[in-house]
Amino acid sequence: MGRKLLLEHINVPGINTFDVYRSKGGYAAVEKALKTLTPDEVVEEVKKSGLRGRGGAGFPTGMKWSFLAKPEGVPRYLVCNADESEPGTFKDRYLMTHIPHLLIEGMIIASFALGAKTSYIYVRGEMMPQIRILEKAIAEAKNAGFLGKNILGTGYDLELYVQPGGGAYICGEETALIESLEGKRGNPRIKPPFPAIAGLYGCPTVVNNVESIAATVPIIRDGGDEYAKIGIGRSTGTKLISASGNLNKPGVYEIELGVPVEEFIYSDEYCGGIANGKRLKAVVAGGSSVPILPANLILKTINNESRLMSYESLSDGGFATGSMMGSGGFIAFDEDQCIVRNTWNFARFYHHESCGQCSPCREGTGWMEKVLHRLEHGHGKLSDMDLLVDVSKKIEGNTICPLGDAAAWPVASAIRHFRDEFEWHVTNPTEAVSRNYGLSHYADPLSKPEEVA
Amino acid sequence: MLRVENVTHEPVEFSAALLSKFADLVSRYPEGRQKSALLPALHETQAELGWLSVPAMDKVAAYLKIEPIEVYEVASFYTMYFLRPQGKYMLEVCRTGPCCLVGAEKIMDHIEQTLGVKEGDVTPDGLFSWRGVECLAACGFGPVLQIGPEYTFYENLTTESVDKLISDLKAKANN
Repeated sequence: MGRKLLLEHINVPGINTFDVYRSKGGYAAVEKALKTLTPDEVVEEVKKSGLRGRGGAGFPTGMKWSFLAKPEGVPRYLVCNADESEPGTFKDRYLMTHIPHLLIEGMIIASFALGAKTSYIYVRGEMMPQIRILEKAIAEAKNAGFLGKNILGTGYDLELYVQPGGGAYICGEETALIESLEGKRGNPRIKPPFPAIAGLYGCPTVVNNVESIAATVPIIRDGGDEYAKIGIGRSTGTKLISASGNLNKPGVYEIELGVPVEEFIYSDEYCGGIANGKRLKAVVAGGSSVPILPANLILKTINNESRLMSYESLSDGGFATGSMMGSGGFIAFDEDQCIVRNTWNFARFYHHESCGQCSPCREGTGWMEKVLHRLEHGHGKLSDMDLLVDVSKKIEGNTICPLGDAAAWPVASAIRHFRDEFEWHVTNPTEAVSRNYGLSHYADPLSKPEEVA
Repeated sequence: MLRVENVTHEPVEFSAALLSKFADLVSRYPEGRQKSALLPALHETQAELGWLSVPAMDKVAAYLKIEPIEVYEVASFYTMYFLRPQGKYMLEVCRTGPCCLVGAEKIMDHIEQTLGVKEGDVTPDGLFSWRGVECLAACGFGPVLQIGPEYTFYENLTTESVDKLISDLKAKANN
């Protein structure tokens, strides 16, 4: 069993209430930080922990905190990014639903470290039940003296508010989130200036993912060095993985970074194998934006080494034969799934969610959706695959925010690894609408269960 | 004025409860930053009125001391705001990749047949409308749907559980 730092007490009845959370050692990290450490020492612990942003980009959290400008007389803000919308990712919803005080505790620690007196948790609007859960948890914490004026008699004041979004994937991008929190459309800002210099209301701001903020609790409680001992190489600590698709046991799992992908998919401790006795065809390992990999490449790297659930191992081989850790949205496809149809579905998603500011993204995502639609419905041409790659290349890197890249990568990688399936859709248009292509050479390299027996 | 086709816009009144919610929202932001309350204020307004008519948006603008266009551009950008009346129960089914791997398309077809209306239309009794929406961040429990304004979640849907949900909602509405 791997160590659990975030979900250790997830099955304790009533852990969503202040009293039970406190009885399990909750808010001890806040006491330690506020009473025995200076804000800079808290930042130092987080730096030592090696914690990398859990929202998708993987940027070191402690370093992000140390970039925050601290001009005299200007308020600073911490905003928690709970706009979880990346297809395949549902860990933050899970954490906020079942153990909301972990996020509140992390918010207090992080706000103290950054010198923020007012902090916001920006939750996607569809998560109204979670918004109510968080508001109740905030009220409980305030009652117990962990929020409001003069927290624990230390002289530190903090107000914490929950802000709902309006239903827009783009608001997960930090500057779009800030715009939205200011009551505007979610159009990402041109950077620089970065939010650390000019963010919310033009003031220095840090935006962190829910899981990153929650992870500061065990980091402060046990110390950054202890946290850094878990994991492998520069992938320290534990990570929440959202497992979905054709798995026996989809759900949220906390793993120690470095678990082999094969173990994660097939062991009973985690996903318990592919549902209905089918074989694995492909995996999207880090949310819909990251490159899709066929079964043989997700289980083993091109050098025939076992692939691990870590930032480095998942990206081993670059985009040619690797992928990315991303947000930890792990989507498994069985042998009956159609890669063309799924790629079209994702392309439609990005077209729908493009904010429309940058022409390459606004127009390009729509073209990719249309071309993929005709391929899926038996009207494609053999030249369409090159056309799609060409369009994706013209989006990638040419937009204000990473949504353009996020839209380009799934299409380019699907064609890179599954070109024969796309071509089969063109050369067998009637068959392609009535049945799927199947496994072909990306066959699950593991033996079938019956062959083992 | 914002033009929404085939919709009539009657004048609206906001309840005292709604106005007090607005006041609470505005208190969360620094002085002069009351525009930050726009998204939550629109959610509250929609929860009370069922949708956002132009007069309702104009009233929100007046309350927050911003121009009406600042409200229209936000209400038309985000997908959760309805610029035309919807059924009393709006069934929003996740249609994105992971849910489709486990049968979301079948669920949407079934809802369309059962309700007898196309995506976005309202049933003649005014009770139901439905639409496909993008990823609801519940991929491990798919297929899923949500119903506002509380955004109650229904997970691991089957055609049978959808039938039961629809008949339960009908019974609830008729009581």
